[in-house]
Amino acid sequence: MTAPASAPLSARSALSRGAVPPLLEWAAWAAAVACVFVLPSKLLLLNEIAILALFALSLDLILGYAGIVSLGHGAFFGVGAYAAGLLAKHGFGDPVTGLFAAAGAAALVGFVTSFLVLRGSDLTKLMVTLGVAMMLFEAANRLDWITGGADGLQGVVMKPVLGLWDFDLFGRTAYLYSLGTLFILFMLARRIVHSPFGLSLRAVKGNALRAGALGIVPGRRLVAIYTLSAAYAGVAGGLTAQTTQFVSLDVLDFTRSADVLLVLVIGGAGNLYGGLVGAGIFRLMQTWLSGITPQYWQFWIGLLLVVIVLVGHERLTRGLPRLAAAALRRLRGKADAPGSTRP
Amino acid sequence: MVTILFDGIAYGMLLFVLACGLSVTLGLMNFVNLAHGVFALVGGYVASWLMNRHGVSFFLCLPAAFLAAAAVGAVSERLLFRRLYASSHLDQVLFTIGIVFMSIAAVEYVMGPQQQRIVLPPELRGRVEILGGSIGVYRLFIVALCGVVALALQYLLIGTRFGSRLRAAVDDARTARGLGIEVNTVFAITFAVGSGLAGLGGALGADVLGMDPHFPIKFLVYFLIVVGVGGTTGIAGAFVASLLLGIADIAGKYYVPEVGAFIIYAVMVAVLIVRPQGLFARAR
Amino acid sequence: MTDFALRTTALVRRFGGLVATDRVSLEVARGARHAIIGPNGAGKTTLVNLLTGVLKPDEGRILLAGEDVTDLPAPARVRRGLARTFQINQLFPALTPLETVALAVSEREGHGGDWFRAAGSRAAEVDEAVEILGRFGLVSVMNERTAVLPYGKQRLLEIAAAIACRPRVLLLDEPAAGVPEEERRDILAILAALPADVTIVLIEHDMDLVFSFAERITVMVDGAIFTEGTAAEIARDPGVRAVYLGEGD
Repeated sequence: MTAPASAPLSARSALSRGAVPPLLEWAAWAAAVACVFVLPSKLLLLNEIAILALFALSLDLILGYAGIVSLGHGAFFGVGAYAAGLLAKHGFGDPVTGLFAAAGAAALVGFVTSFLVLRGSDLTKLMVTLGVAMMLFEAANRLDWITGGADGLQGVVMKPVLGLWDFDLFGRTAYLYSLGTLFILFMLARRIVHSPFGLSLRAVKGNALRAGALGIVPGRRLVAIYTLSAAYAGVAGGLTAQTTQFVSLDVLDFTRSADVLLVLVIGGAGNLYGGLVGAGIFRLMQTWLSGITPQYWQFWIGLLLVVIVLVGHERLTRGLPRLAAAALRRLRGKADAPGSTRP
Repeated sequence: MVTILFDGIAYGMLLFVLACGLSVTLGLMNFVNLAHGVFALVGGYVASWLMNRHGVSFFLCLPAAFLAAAAVGAVSERLLFRRLYASSHLDQVLFTIGIVFMSIAAVEYVMGPQQQRIVLPPELRGRVEILGGSIGVYRLFIVALCGVVALALQYLLIGTRFGSRLRAAVDDARTARGLGIEVNTVFAITFAVGSGLAGLGGALGADVLGMDPHFPIKFLVYFLIVVGVGGTTGIAGAFVASLLLGIADIAGKYYVPEVGAFIIYAVMVAVLIVRPQGLFARAR
Repeated sequence: MTDFALRTTALVRRFGGLVATDRVSLEVARGARHAIIGPNGAGKTTLVNLLTGVLKPDEGRILLAGEDVTDLPAPARVRRGLARTFQINQLFPALTPLETVALAVSEREGHGGDWFRAAGSRAAEVDEAVEILGRFGLVSVMNERTAVLPYGKQRLLEIAAAIACRPRVLLLDEPAAGVPEEERRDILAILAALPADVTIVLIEHDMDLVFSFAERITVMVDGAIFTEGTAAEIARDPGVRAVYLGEGD
């Protein structure tokens, strides 16, 4: 019954493994940077993907790790966008400062509303998250002397990033800036979800009764992750405002909250990568589908949601890595035996 | 004052008829159906289509809207929603949002994005003086009709065998099955009636609330608040919540137009702080 | 007074018209090996839920080492040294046994809110988790998802997680329910090896297990205490026998 002598060491590494990026991930980050040279004409699209990935990552923190279903995550995106946009419009155009402001404003809204969101059942959560988002939309619409209302917030002027790189027309600076922000926040998120705090969130999500029986008080932890998630979403909104130098009312639209749910579900919730993968797939699909039927793109989104649920999103997300692994194996097979006959 | 109060009551009654189906499926059956507004959309469009294209009388359009929405509800329950009763709330959310998006796009494709116009018959136009306030005849009609619906529903749930079967099926489906109750049929009928009432509400409300393809999303938050604030014990809570919401919304928009749109959220927040489980929580 | 690790005074809990706990006054001495037995529906699990704070009593007080904990929520009682296991497994399906036990240890040490250190970075805590898992023979499966473990292993993990809270009072709600014979003996051996100052309250159906373990036994019937005594006294008591035979068990 005693443990082998190597057990403590392997246990330590098993618990810490997730906190360190695997090799394949570094390759993916390198590839993302290389896109600047490989796909110089697609940088605006890539910028959008990076921002959407960050937004989906923020949702993953609450949905994937704490099991909170939100119908209004776009609220924080919108608050961040307006915070960064307004700051720049009124002469404080330093991008990084703007991002901190976006994060802070969204975190504040997240913190205040978390007490309502976390109060009751799933029904309450849906009602409050949606209600808060609708309320903010209405507020942004009414306060048109601040936000520009339906015309959008114009006159956002950005200074160079870190005082060095000016935003250009091709989206080169924008993309690298967004990608860098995503990278930093992703690494931070990884630390957090693999900490004791992250572990306790997964425990509360898995079985709240048992979590309580181990002495975990879920309230404060859930408030913390909800606030953090709001800040992340706020940064995503801030990036959008800064890199497009415009904020329109639809940053607070319901469809944004629904889209990000879809993005995360496509990629898979609860593993941090889901948002990144999902953002890429979603954006490419959107580009392709709206090329066919620009007006009725929403129909296809809806169909996709329905199909994903009917097929089972867990089966889908487990299937994707398997497909990727199979593809990788085939590639490797070819590399190992160049010119040989087919396997 | 009387006018505003009465308008609020009419608005609240309308919300009740629109949302009472959801208060049963979501509140009692615990099925998160964000696509509930789609049935109202069906009812509203069927009514306006019959009236405007075929000259059918408004009074016949109302039952037609009910039947059409109930039929769509019954078919979709059978084919789609039934599969999801046991799914996670996340799956239910995703699935029903998907249905909403598809419906909006489909309606927009077939009927165009513009608002539907329903011209009320002359009998329902005009105003009458009651208690020193001027009240629209149509508002009066809404209150009367919705009041009848509410009473009938309450009787159906409390006074009939079907009602007791539904309550048994909701409480514990397995035991109910063991007692020989056709749980699937009970749920199917409930779903169809709830959808039909939403359809009726859509037809009735087209003139007051406006009816365009985005109706299911615009009013989703109202529906959720009716159920969430009302609590999950049955339709009485939803009724009180609807009236509260209707009166607060109308009064707010009239007296304090600058912040009127936010009144319903204030109501939601206030109720949540005082009673997190809704006005009428199940005693445990 | 503080000699009692756990004490209740006239605890009452009703569900509608049913009195599930009927004026239960229980005294468990520090370091005791105490069993609570009774036929199905006697209110044993309700009593555990009252003691641990899952349910609130309608009347009566609960004292843990002399301190009134009646109004404290469950996690606060855990931090005061009251841990429990569940009659029906309550585990984290997506977590591994290692994660489950390490989590319990880090919560106990007050590090559960740490958000920047990796979960495995406190060597002493991980070593303790592994030591506990070792006691239960769970090291070989410590990195599997709990959901895929066989039932017997899950049952052991149920107890291991409670032990990781380093309780002063441990409530075991039918720990051997559904566990095969050999593993049943393992459970007994582990419990016997716990430090003598840990108070153990065992809720059990299996009489063999009860009599091989408990020094004092409380018999509950219909929500109330029927009788209480040493194991020998209870074994001899004709009334207790009648209660069990009367149930046709």
